[in-house]
Amino acid sequence: MQLLKFIQQPWHWSVSGLLIGLTVPVLLILGNKVFGISSSLRHICAACFPANITFFKYDWKKESWNLFFAAGILVGAFIAGHYLQDGQNIQVAAATKERLASYGIHDYRALLPSEIFSWQQLFTWKGLIFFVIGGFMIGFGTRYAGGCTSGHSIMGLSNLQWPSLVATVCFMAGGFASANLFIPLIFKWLH
Amino acid sequence: MKNIKYLLAGVFFGIILVKAQVISWFRIQEMFQLTSFHMYGVIGTAVVTGIISLQLIKRFHIKTLSGDPIVVAPKKFSQGQIYGGLIFGLGWAITGACPGPLFAQIGMGFSVVAVTLVSAIAGTWVYGAIQSKLPQ
Repeated sequence: MQLLKFIQQPWHWSVSGLLIGLTVPVLLILGNKVFGISSSLRHICAACFPANITFFKYDWKKESWNLFFAAGILVGAFIAGHYLQDGQNIQVAAATKERLASYGIHDYRALLPSEIFSWQQLFTWKGLIFFVIGGFMIGFGTRYAGGCTSGHSIMGLSNLQWPSLVATVCFMAGGFASANLFIPLIFKWLH
Repeated sequence: MKNIKYLLAGVFFGIILVKAQVISWFRIQEMFQLTSFHMYGVIGTAVVTGIISLQLIKRFHIKTLSGDPIVVAPKKFSQGQIYGGLIFGLGWAITGACPGPLFAQIGMGFSVVAVTLVSAIAGTWVYGAIQSKLPQ
């Protein structure tokens, strides 16, 4: 029980970073698998809706480990979310809390704010922007960039690949623009 | 059955993503508002750990469990890393997620994120459909 209590508290960034980084050698040693998750989205397209598109004509079954890995994430997050949390509010920087309050966000009970991430928001402008458009940009952008935070920023940088550095800089640039220009505008327009 | 080990690796990775809070929309806002070191600390430590691990694998010719040499293909540059990278970055801050965290957010109980995942799959599909018309 002591151990469970120990795991349930929020983890220090260095512990989290170390464990995420170790995923790189673990997947290589398990079977020469290159860490990366956005490819799973491509495999789903290739498996379910190939529609005679060249980009989806390949033997996705050979890459099915990636889908098992993604399914594992779902299960692991369920376990962590239900049994390995301490039930405390998430601690967020005061300056960010102040900004989020101006967006109408006050719920810090979970890792995501219920003011955005709930089914009631689905058929609203908020839902369209935060789920549909945001999701589309993730899928389109990561495939166009040839990888995501795991494939480029962690795997690619770990292997000292300069194209991955270019991609990571652009991920960050897009994120800064989004969080500081577009998201404030979106909430201003929504209210 | 050979894929069970990747399922298990995914389970551990999913637990880590939740406990690291890198799947939190709040942590992503902090990162891009420069109000917390947390995300930079996590990603930085992960990259340093990855670099050291790969150097050790290369230096000591560490093999896979089945005895094959470990090979990592280099990444090729394309303009997509710029345009696609920017588009993904915009979506990352809006949703608070990249592809891995999408699965984790759904798993931990935010079922509505399944809509985001379906939309991300649609985005990947549209990319595949118009790929030849985009600058590469």
